[in-house]
Formats: sequence, C-alpha cells, structure tokens
Amino acid sequence: MHSLNYHKASNASEAARLLSGTEDGKFLAGGQTLIPAMKTRLAAPSDLVDVSGAAELRGINVSGREIAIGAATTHAEVAANGELRNVCPSICDMAANIGDPAVRHRGTIGGSIANNDPAADYPAAMLALGATIRTASREIAADDFFVGLFETALDDDELITSIGFTAPAAGAYAKFPNPASRYAMCGVFVAKGDDGVRVGVTGAGSDGAFRAGDFEAALDGEFSAEALDGLSVRAEGMLSDIHGDAVYRANLVSVMAKRAVAAAG
Amino acid sequence: MSEGIGAPVKRKEDRRFITGKGKYTDDVRMENQAYAAFVRSPHAHAEIKGIEASAAEGMSGVIAVLTGAQLTGDGIGNLICGWAISSKDGSPMNMGAWSALATEKVRYVGDAVAVVIAESKDEAQAAAEAVEVSYSELPVAASIAAALADGAPEVHENAPGNVIYDWELGDGDATEAALAGAAHVTEMDITNNRLAPNAMEPRSAVATYDDAEDHYTLYSTSQNPHVARLVLSAFYQVAPEHKLRVIAPDVGGGFGSKIYIYPEEIVCLWASMKTRRSVKWTAERTESFLTDAHGRDHVTKARIGFDADGRIVGFKVSTKANFGAYMSLFSSAVPTYLYATLLSGTYDIPAIHCEVLACYTNTVPVDAYRGAGRPEASFVVERLMETAAREMGKDPAELRRVNFVKEFPYQTQVIMNYDSGDFEGNMNQAMEAADWAGFAARKAEAANRGKLRGIGMACYIEACGIAPSAAVGSLGAGVGLWESAEVRVNPVGTIEVLTGSHSHGQGHETTFAQVVAERFGVPLDSIQIVHGDTDKVQFGMGTYGSRSGPVGISAIVKACDKVEVKVRKIAAHLLECDPDELVMEDSQVKVPGTNKALGWHEVGLAAYTAHNLPADMEPGLKEGAFYDPENFTFPMGCFVAEVEIDPGTGKTDVVKFVASDDFGVIINPMIVEGQVHGGIAQGVGQALLEEMVYDESGQPVSGSYMDYTMPRAEDVPSFVVEHHNTRCATNPLGIKGCGEAGAIGSPPAVINAITDAIGNNDISMPATSAKVWAAIQASGTGMAAE
Repeated sequence: MHSLNYHKASNASEAARLLSGTEDGKFLAGGQTLIPAMKTRLAAPSDLVDVSGAAELRGINVSGREIAIGAATTHAEVAANGELRNVCPSICDMAANIGDPAVRHRGTIGGSIANNDPAADYPAAMLALGATIRTASREIAADDFFVGLFETALDDDELITSIGFTAPAAGAYAKFPNPASRYAMCGVFVAKGDDGVRVGVTGAGSDGAFRAGDFEAALDGEFSAEALDGLSVRAEGMLSDIHGDAVYRANLVSVMAKRAVAAAG
Repeated sequence: MSEGIGAPVKRKEDRRFITGKGKYTDDVRMENQAYAAFVRSPHAHAEIKGIEASAAEGMSGVIAVLTGAQLTGDGIGNLICGWAISSKDGSPMNMGAWSALATEKVRYVGDAVAVVIAESKDEAQAAAEAVEVSYSELPVAASIAAALADGAPEVHENAPGNVIYDWELGDGDATEAALAGAAHVTEMDITNNRLAPNAMEPRSAVATYDDAEDHYTLYSTSQNPHVARLVLSAFYQVAPEHKLRVIAPDVGGGFGSKIYIYPEEIVCLWASMKTRRSVKWTAERTESFLTDAHGRDHVTKARIGFDADGRIVGFKVSTKANFGAYMSLFSSAVPTYLYATLLSGTYDIPAIHCEVLACYTNTVPVDAYRGAGRPEASFVVERLMETAAREMGKDPAELRRVNFVKEFPYQTQVIMNYDSGDFEGNMNQAMEAADWAGFAARKAEAANRGKLRGIGMACYIEACGIAPSAAVGSLGAGVGLWESAEVRVNPVGTIEVLTGSHSHGQGHETTFAQVVAERFGVPLDSIQIVHGDTDKVQFGMGTYGSRSGPVGISAIVKACDKVEVKVRKIAAHLLECDPDELVMEDSQVKVPGTNKALGWHEVGLAAYTAHNLPADMEPGLKEGAFYDPENFTFPMGCFVAEVEIDPGTGKTDVVKFVASDDFGVIINPMIVEGQVHGGIAQGVGQALLEEMVYDESGQPVSGSYMDYTMPRAEDVPSFVVEHHNTRCATNPLGIKGCGEAGAIGSPPAVINAITDAIGNNDISMPATSAKVWAAIQASGTGMAAE
C-alpha cells in the first residue's frame, strides 16, 4: 500500500470540506472494495476521508412503510434490523447474504451503491424498490443513478447521505453467487409495489444492473413464477467470463427471477 | 500400547499451531534485515530492451537495485530440471536457459527482471514500481494448442516447435494390434485442468551472508532443505555446501509447490552477499498465483479396447503436457515416470502404450502438485472405464471387477510392480458404505425435489515412497531417493530423532515419535523429532510423493534397529543375561518373568558414563541410517461420489462421498483421515471449481481469489472414510502412504457421478455450473425441471 493521509469526518459537510482540500482524495466508508484495491497497489489515493463514523450517515428509520437508511449503515445492520424486517424483509435477507461476515460488518449500503460494481447486490434492490438516493444537494431516482459499469450519476466529490424507499407489498431477492468471489453472477430482486412490479437484475448485464421490463409487465398481469414461463432476456446484453457465458447468464436471469417471485409469494 | 502404531493420538505440533506460536519463515527477524521486492514482467513474452534503475536507486530507503546481468556476471548459474528424459529417438530433452533474473527475454507474466533491496517492504515495493524496464513485445504461445501450432512463437531457441521431449513407454505395436482386434473400443479426449497450488503460507525466504565466516544461512519455505542446499550449491554456485545452511522451519502447506528452488531464494542469497544485509522476501498472494509452480495441465487422447467378455485387451494414451516457460526442478518426471507408469490402474492390462509430448508455453512453470502425474493417470483410466461400461451396457462396478489385478506381485506393462492389495475388497467396502444398491431410490426421491442425482466411482492406484535410487537413476533422476535418520538416546533416556523428511502439515512430530515410542516402550513425550535444518540433520531428500511414511519412517526404523542392538548388549552386560532374552516395555529393558530389569534411562546413562560397558564397545547411544527403498509402494482405493444437480442453474452439490483406502499399516488413523479429507477436498476442488486460466496473450485471468475458486467447507459433504488395508510387502513396517490419495481418486469419481446424473458424458473439469447447465441443455435431461 502506498502511504496516504487519513482524515476522519464527523458529518457529511465536514467530509465534503476535507475532501475538497486533497489532491486526489477518496471517501472511505466500509472500504471493502477500496482497501483491497489499495493493498494490491491498484488504487493509490492521496487522502482518505473516512465517513464511517459520521453519526448522521448511520442508522435505519422506519416510519410506516417509508424507510430511510443512512449511507454508512453496514450490511449487517440492515440484515439485523427488526423494524425494517417487519415491513421489508426482502432487503434484510439480501443484506444477510452479501459477501461474508467480515464484509457485512464493514461494508455499507452507500459504499456499495456509489461503487456500482456490476455484480454487487444492492443496485438490483435499489432498482426494484424504486429507491431514492439522497446526497447533500439533491435526490436521485435509482433509475437515473446507475449509469454503467462502476459509473453513477454522482459527481466526483458528491457523497451519498441516505437511501429512501417505500416498502413493497411483497418482494424477494434470489442470487446465484460467483463461486469464487461470492458476488452475484446473477441476482434478481423482485418487488411488488404500489405502482406495479419492478424487477432489478444485477451480476448479469454487461452495462451493470438493469430492470427487466418484459418480466415486470408479465408479473403486473399475474404475480406468479409461471407468469415468467417462456420469457427471457437477450443474451446479447449479458456479461460473459470464465464463470459463465452470456447465454448462461441470460438463463440465470429467468431462473432467479422465477425463484424470487416464488419466494416473494 | 496406546501411544504406538495405530493409536489416534493428538498431534504434538498442534499446541504451537493453534496458539499462534508456530515459527514460519516470515516470522524470522534478523538483525540488520532488509527487504526484497521483485520487478516482474507484465508481458508473457518480450525482449528486454533496457532497465533504467536510477530513479528507483534514488528513492527513500533503497539499498540496491540488482539485475540479471549482475547476477550472471557474478557467476550465479541457471535453474535446472533434475530429471533427464529422452525422446523416442534418443535425443535429450530440450532444456531452455532459466536465469533467476531474466536477462534478454521474459517468458511469462511474473518473470522476475530485477530486484530492489530496501530498508522496508513498502520502500522496496515503491522503488520496484519505479524501475523502468523497456520491453519489445513478442508473439505469445499461452496454451498447449498455441505452442504446438504451425508457426507458433518459440519460447526457447533450443526447443524447436516448443517441444521439450516426445517420449514413450510401453509396446506400441502390441497395443495397436490389440486395439485393432478388440470387440469394443472406447475413445475419449480428456483435459486435466491447470491448478494453482495455494498453500496457506506464501513462499518466503530470509537470506543472511556472514562475511566474517564467509557463510550463508537461508530460511526458506522448503519441503526439502537438504535438496535446496545441494542444488543451490552444486548447480547455482551460490555457495559451496559447507558454507550454506538451509533451514525450513514451520511450513504452512506445500502440496509440491515448495519442493522446487525458485529464483527468489537464489536472488535473496546472492543479494545478501552483495549488500551485506539480511534480505527477506515474502510473496504476496498475487505473487503466489503468478510464480508458484502450477499443477496438471494435460490434454490427452486415449483409446481402450475390450474383448467380448469385457476384459481389457489394450490401452493407448497420447498426452500433451504444458511445462510453462521453464523446466522446473521435477517437471520432466511428472507426465512420464509419475504418470505413464500408473496407466495400468488397478487392472490387468496386457498391452499399454503411452506417448507424451511435453511443450513450453508462455505461462508460469508447471511441476508436481499433490499427486503429480498420478491424478492425471487415474482420471484418464477411470473416466475411460466408466465410459466404456456405459457404452457396452455393462455395470461399471462389474466391468472393474472383471479386470482387477487379483494376484500379487503383479508386473504391469508400464514398469511398476504391484506388491500387494485386495482391489475388489476395497470396491466392495466402498459400495456397501455408500449404499450403492439403494441409489435408485435416492435418485427417484431427488427427482421429486427437481434435482438430478448421479453416482460415480473411481478405483485409483498410485505410487508412493519414491523411490529405489538405482531404479530412478536408470530412468534419468539426478539424485538418489533414499532417506536418512539418526536416533540419539540421551544420557537421561530421552530420545531425539533427526530425520531428512520435512513436515509441512503431515504431523511427523507425532507419527514418527509414535513409531519410536512403540519400538522402545517409552512415552511419546520423551521423544523429539528434529527436522528442517541442514546444520542439525545429516542429510535428507525431503517430503513429497507420500514418501515420509514408507521411506522416512523406514530410515528411522533402520536406525532404531542399530540402537536396539546396542541397548541389548549394554543391558545384557549389566543384567548378566542373553541379549535376546530382553524385552523393552514400560520404559524398562528387562527379562520377562524375572526381576532382572533396568530403567530405559539407566541404559542411556550407562552408555554415556561408559563406566561399565562390554569390552570394545564405544561409549554413547546414537545411530544413523540411510534407507533406500526396494520398490515404490502402491496405495489404492475405491471412492464413490454422489451428486445432486440443480437443472435450472447447473449447480452441483456433492451430497455423499465414501472413500475406502488401502494404505497398508497406519501409524495414526486420525492424521490419516485428515490427509484423506484434505485430499478429497482438493480433488473436489479440481473437479468442480479450480482452474488457472490464461488468456491468449498470456495474461492470468484467474490470478486472485475473486476468480480462482478454492473449495470451501460448504462445497464438500461429511466424508465417510473406510479402510481395507493390506500390508506393504516391501518396507519394514508395511506402510504405503496416504498423502495424495484423496486428490487422486476424487476427480474421476465426481465427474463420473455428474455425467451419470445428466446423461451427457461430454464435460470437462472444472465442471462449473455453467458447463453442467450447458451439458444438460445439450442432452435434454433438465427440461422437465424448470
């Protein structure tokens, strides 16, 4: 690891101020992607501004079916939150299966979304839940937030503060993990919300997480796994690597979508 | 007795390991220690046009930047392969030059070009990144197919067409004639996937040059420190043997990958002399993937013929083996004398012919990895037997039963002479433990849950206890493969056993002590096993190929024989009895049924006080022995795997795994079971998960745990490990060895089970979910499920 300057921010505005004074600084939340990249010397920021201790960025607020999750909330906290589980168990179950226990106790929802790894779990959930990503200056709809592989609508120095969404009537996430990394080779989050069914897919698409429109239309008609019979996404838009080609990933999208719908009930 | 041979005593070494007090090479801290960081090639094949080190030399903490030109200029020799294999036409193998630091060309991604020595690891790494190497990229041959294609780029000028050797074993004419007359011939193309060894402890070296004494000390993660000293001295001219001490302290796993002498050890020794500093290097995991010798990587075409009764008449195997960019220390022996010699399997085969074409590629060197040639042979034999049974409509167990070797000794057509075994007994035991007869019901039950269930077996045999020195010498080995031991009884009766074997997970400190405890009737705790230091142990050939039991222990037994003779003489003299009347038990040397007895410690004291010894007897009680085995040993067994496959995703779960092994006499059944568990997990890893992938440009694709899939606990079931042992006829305790069996027999058992489940025989390792799903689509077996 290269040497660097470390700063600890106690709130979002301090974090922004600290970052603005650096040459090539980065926000540090859980560090589950950034730190390994630094250890292998693939990333070498001049400064790290640690936001993981900022109280206003942490915690889960459940008000009826309206949910707000602080950006620095860990996966383990999401997984274990009883109030959240009462209204939206699907996101708790999803968070409970990210990575391994060490990752879940350090990694954060904001960090995961800001990184937008095409195989990360949260982007599928954000799309399916129709979440709103909040920063200090604005709100961004999930549909507009995930731009491409590791690309988001965030500006370089823009920090996510919280994520908001309305708990769906029913929802579930079905994941087929990469056998080595345990990221998603395909993860499908299905949510039956007030405005219809939304299906978010991660791990499979060559441009990152996406919504499966044909699946949503079929499920709006009938919310059952059978409603997806014969439907599939086009292999042309899928990722292909040593773990599975595009045809296989397209199959996984159909299979995982059906399993998610079945699990959502 | 409860601590002796056959007792499942807990491992003596585990106290320090599980309390974090093991002492590994990276734990060594020398005074005045500096750190090495290597500058490595990012290209698979390129000419080195120049190395600009001045910026790096000026950086903080940098002591020196050293290059290949300086290394060769100082007379450090090239790395060598220690086993000479000749081609069919008698020509010697084409060994390309391998300098510890590349000089004119780099030949794989990770090839070391220069080294930075600095005050800290971070400073060394930062400076290594600042060394500017200008390359002129060359065309790349990253696979067997690419290396052997017409017009392929040549990795070494002295290996035209990238061919290292084109070797054969067996009778080609007789085999072709037998196949021509066969009632049925099964033919298959088989790939054995390339694996990264992934020892838990990365390789490490700490080298110190003492200029006052003109003497070197190397701490190294080695499976065989004496061989390391020999090779470093005799071939690499680092230092003469008497001026070089090699210490291999606790070593955290090897699986073969720590047999070899790598460039890093050579460079650290040389750099310690150049800089007059102790030099430490410990691989990061990325370097382990890039530079540890990989395993397997064979492409094979095989044909096996049967008569109308299902008896094998002939077996022809043509294999191409990837050696990577340089010939590693044992590489040449792996696909030849450790592979072709096992192609008779557990069967009576009257005609066998094997051809092996070894080639260079622009990848990291390939050498022995747990099993080394024998897993590849077992996979070919057992995939063909299973496939042949299915093609002929025969029960796969019955086809094996008909063809088993049943009388011993049995001379195969490929050198090996099997001394003992009851192959049918192991198969019967495994099938019973697996409830083979109840499989149909389990398959039907699984189908109700939407799962495809399959069962498969493999009857492996392997050769351990390498090896009779004269025999391997006649086959090209550059060394003898005996082992040495020294047994020292101290004046207080405690015992030190010095062994040339090296423990890096095998539990020698326990098992070796059990043998001696039983032999002399003394407590386990009174015995200390000493290994891994060339200044302490007289010599040794090290640990690999499951040789520590059959060869290493046999040397200890031989030394114990000599000690026992002297103990009997001393005790008989003191007790005024016949030496042959004495027995040794309960820490006494005594005449049964009398009150004539001496404490074991009293004999020791008598030997060292020398006040009253038999006439002409030298004082002391210490004996050494060299043991040269008369044959290989032949562990064998039958494994049964049962799998369930999710037809929607192709995900395979190994739901049941039964092993019935014949390991001969077992010293510690708990340690043996652990070896079997680890071996099977590695074999399941090879079958389902692991593959070291290079792209066409020679870049490693699976060079980290993000893409290289190691087996995890959840990937394997709770194993059922049974034994049906027959005594080895060729060593004193009847030991066969157990270290590699699990990794040898499990890949074919798992693949036979998968192909049974999906009704499609066309699947290669690793049988990833994607491959299995595609095979299900091709065969149509999964359509009903989802």
